[in-house]
Amino acid sequence: MSADSSATQTGRPAVPFASLLSQVRNATGLDPARCYQCGKCSAGCPMAAEMDVKTHEIIRLLQLDLRDRLLAAESIWMCLTCETCTTRCPNGFDPAVVIDALREITLRERPDRVPRNIGAFHSAFLRQIRTHGRVFEFGLVASYKLRSGALLADVGAMPAMLARGKLALVPRRIEGIGEVRRIFDECAKREEPR
Amino acid sequence: MKIGYFPGCSLHATAREFDESLRAVAAVLDIDLEEVQDWACCGASSAHATSHVLSVALPTRTLALAEKQNLDRVLAPCAACYNRLATARYALNHDKKTASQVQSILGGGFNNSVGVVSIAQLLSEATTEIRQKAKVPLSGWKVACYYGCLLVRPPEVCGFDDAEVPSSLESIVSATGATPVKWDMSLECCGGGFSLSRTASVVRLGRLILQSARNAGAQVIVVACPMCHSNLDFRQKAMLERGGFGDAMPILFLSQLVGLSVGLDPIRLGLHRHFVSTQPLLDRIGAAKSQPEHREQA
Amino acid sequence: MSRIGVFICHCGENIDRTVDCSRVAQTLGELPGVVHSVDYKYMCSDPGQALIKQAIQEKGLDGVVVGACSPHMHEKTFRKAAAGAGLNPFLCEMANLREHCSWIHEDRERATRKAVDLGRFIVEKIKFNRPLSTIFIPVERRALVIGGGIAGIQAALDIADGGREVILVEKEPSIGGHMSQLSETFPTLDCSQCILTPRMVEVAQNPRIKLLAYSEVESVEGYIGNFQVKIRRKARYVDETKCNGCGECQTNCPNKKIPGEFDQGLGMRTAIYVPFPQAVPNIPVIDRANCALFRGRAKGVKKVVCNKCAEVCGRKAIDFDQQDTFVTENVGAIVVATGYQLYSIGKKQDSEMLRGYGEYGYGAIPDVIDGLQFERLASASGPTGGKILRPSDHKEPRTIVFLQCIGSRDPAKGIEYCSKICCMYVAKHTMLFHHKVHDGKAIVFYMDIRAGGKGYDEFVRRAIEESHALYLRGRVSRMYRNGDTIRVHGVDTLSGEPVVIDADMVVLATAMRAQPGIAALAQKLSVSYDQHGFLNEAHPKLRPVETNTAGVFVAGACQAPRDIPDSVAMASATASKVLGLFSKELLEREPLIARVDRLTCTGCFHCERVCPYGAVERLPLKDGKGRLIKIVAEVNQGVCQGCGTCQATCPSKSAELEGFTDEQIYAAVNAL
Repeated sequence: MSADSSATQTGRPAVPFASLLSQVRNATGLDPARCYQCGKCSAGCPMAAEMDVKTHEIIRLLQLDLRDRLLAAESIWMCLTCETCTTRCPNGFDPAVVIDALREITLRERPDRVPRNIGAFHSAFLRQIRTHGRVFEFGLVASYKLRSGALLADVGAMPAMLARGKLALVPRRIEGIGEVRRIFDECAKREEPR
Repeated sequence: MKIGYFPGCSLHATAREFDESLRAVAAVLDIDLEEVQDWACCGASSAHATSHVLSVALPTRTLALAEKQNLDRVLAPCAACYNRLATARYALNHDKKTASQVQSILGGGFNNSVGVVSIAQLLSEATTEIRQKAKVPLSGWKVACYYGCLLVRPPEVCGFDDAEVPSSLESIVSATGATPVKWDMSLECCGGGFSLSRTASVVRLGRLILQSARNAGAQVIVVACPMCHSNLDFRQKAMLERGGFGDAMPILFLSQLVGLSVGLDPIRLGLHRHFVSTQPLLDRIGAAKSQPEHREQA
Repeated sequence: MSRIGVFICHCGENIDRTVDCSRVAQTLGELPGVVHSVDYKYMCSDPGQALIKQAIQEKGLDGVVVGACSPHMHEKTFRKAAAGAGLNPFLCEMANLREHCSWIHEDRERATRKAVDLGRFIVEKIKFNRPLSTIFIPVERRALVIGGGIAGIQAALDIADGGREVILVEKEPSIGGHMSQLSETFPTLDCSQCILTPRMVEVAQNPRIKLLAYSEVESVEGYIGNFQVKIRRKARYVDETKCNGCGECQTNCPNKKIPGEFDQGLGMRTAIYVPFPQAVPNIPVIDRANCALFRGRAKGVKKVVCNKCAEVCGRKAIDFDQQDTFVTENVGAIVVATGYQLYSIGKKQDSEMLRGYGEYGYGAIPDVIDGLQFERLASASGPTGGKILRPSDHKEPRTIVFLQCIGSRDPAKGIEYCSKICCMYVAKHTMLFHHKVHDGKAIVFYMDIRAGGKGYDEFVRRAIEESHALYLRGRVSRMYRNGDTIRVHGVDTLSGEPVVIDADMVVLATAMRAQPGIAALAQKLSVSYDQHGFLNEAHPKLRPVETNTAGVFVAGACQAPRDIPDSVAMASATASKVLGLFSKELLEREPLIARVDRLTCTGCFHCERVCPYGAVERLPLKDGKGRLIKIVAEVNQGVCQGCGTCQATCPSKSAELEGFTDEQIYAAVNAL
């Protein structure tokens, strides 16, 4: 595995990780060399207007193995996995799956770069599954607000939701919760060695 | 006809009306929904955004349970759940590495024999029956069929309908007697799971969808996903405040539209649970309301 | 007992540096049957060859083995030398001590032993060689050209100018091909029909060219120098000998609303029609599917529904009862120049491998057209008289968006190759648009610009710098009708900016593909083709106009996407090959081909089934009284390419490849 190429750009000593490019290749089975930078993904991406680094640029940074710039990009957290890019890529490449892999790598290696709100949401969501087996939405919202600090947003909607019967107040745990927790643990063990 | 049923987390709470209306319609169409016992969450976006293996393992557990129950197909009404289950099924068939990891985590023995079906696929198999049983005239209703991004894409995983110019929802809506409109945002993402964490994006994207539906002459948008419903219904107030598309537009679940056409009671279909009032639609067909409409946000 | 001479070449240092040549010569000289064995520095030189000739004469050699370079290099040289000394050239063979030994090994000892083995291999083989003679086949010195586009026209004219007769077959009612549909050609902006029609007329008037338009090849029999081609002359329902091209029939035909093929569906034609005014031959054809009379007949209507054309024809040339006729032509060479079709922008494709562009509306948006349609709009003889107008409302577009690489370079849609001409013709289109609509805005979405010809890159720069076409590097994700305009969602990757344009018209530069029906034609000719239907050349670098079937040549876009200058060059190249073939009355062929022993052949015809070239014929053997004894396989000496598949297949060991018989091979193998 080649040393981190961005190290040669900045003159800092190489960090002892495999190159980001090979990490992503191993994790996804896809080769970013397939991308010829046509931009069709960015052209159809619903979040392109809000992204600093556009979809095709994410793949370009990956081709150039610019780890620091890429794992710092907020764009990778804005991907909705709407599958528009995947469906339309002329080379049958899958930017959505690559972005997922980048997210997974960032969580593991640079958790400080994960945007607060989005990170809080994912943590809260997964916590729910681990605890109950299913997402108990009231608990999800409460947990999210605590983690993200967005305490007041949507609070006014609570009574309305309740009145419509849309909020279950008491969580129900599934019987096979032990199995679900075991799945979480086993998956954590099997995550890609770096 | 029996089919496995995976309601998913939101159908028991924030999208209760989807579950209610779907069960009611299934009964009318002689579809026996057998719930997968002890199902767990599919993982939705949070699993695949953080751990690839987990994102396949969780839905695979559900499919394995379904296989044990001798179900050969499972209906996942939520488009996101549907997409996650279908993706897991696809990964088990095509990605050897992930397949062996997941099989070993689950202890093996799963044959990946269970098919995964969306509500569009299920009801498009029943259009003849819907047409026969439709007794409430919905003619004159202009309906925008909103597929959302996950119902038919990517084509290799979903294997149903056309991923760019789909028509399954239109054929179901036509069967009810209503008129589907031609519009150009039917596959554009509503903002999905960003409802809480990036609400502004949802408002931006939803507004474009509502504008397009309005410009095409639609009076109602029909959806097949609780996330899309929530984004377009619950969050519509913020979109209305930004203006640009006139009055509020009711958002119906596909099963609610079909349920209305076959004469089911609107309360039973959960039409009172929406944030954007469905009363204007009900008035058109003279449907009685047996419970007072809840006070809306608007 | 054999009297074999062995000659080991040093090849300067090429062989001798690694192989001890004199030791090899010495060792081989000790083999039984070898009466002369020497080594020399350069066997292929004049003195080297003289050594061989001398030895043959002095020692009465009946076999010569030259251990040297690859036979591809000098087998001909040494065989000629042997023949010059009176030895049958096929009793002279080479052992490859260079490419197979000295150039690939380093260990001198082991390389030398291997060289001895290689030499012995051939020595033992040559003991079973038979003297063979060159095969001569007569040549019918007439050519057939299939396809009357610019490539076919050029080939026909060149062959005719070379003094030989040509039959030119074209399936459409007129020759001219797609070039006749173009408005102007790059890089000169010459009017396409102005430069083409003189050639078309030349074809019609050339006494050596027999033009069979509205005809198709039905079957092909035979082999190089001797093809029999059956051609179907489709019924025009107009007598060619009487019609004078006055056009009255077309003017009076009541059905004027048929979308015309020549105008790519943008203009209308009549049921009896000539595809365009400069058609050659200028004889109309009746479109049965749209002619009232024929439709009536198909329904079983007894009375004549309409015969306006016959009524007004001053020459009584209309003949509703005309039938297809067949002619058989004997030719010595065939040139295939069937050209291309464009990838369809619609949903339905004629190949399972292809997908359409749903994201661009599957061709259902009225003002989204392809390149040929734009040519018809721009063309002075087109449906809008050369004005660029929107098909939907005939208004002039102010903004046109051009998309390159539609189908091409898009593996997800089924085509991975580049179609070569689109970058150039899109630049041309932007210039034509600019010339006609001065304040019009042309926007081009591209991935790369491929402009590798003479004056080509300069041409594209003109489009950008003089016609001010806006070139955006990126693809378009989707487009849809938005009121009166088409909303296009693209991106410019160079700036990273998503781009949304409301265009009045969109032109898709679609991929060039092989013609429909090419597979059937290729099978008739025994020519191979790739998964896209493009015909295969014999060698991609060095034999670009020949195919693997001797006597069949290929020119133009039917072999690969290609522009006009290259198609013309290729056509002239095929003509030179054809004229070269025709320069002798008899064709010489190497006799290293298959032969079937009639005595042992059981007539199972496995060989016929496996022969890739169709070289096996069935020969009935009769006794003196004319009674049939058996039918045996017989190899056609003109077609057999000497691959040996029949020999490997034959269960009775009756089929053998001269020069590579089982005896020879076993002897050689056993020598090791």
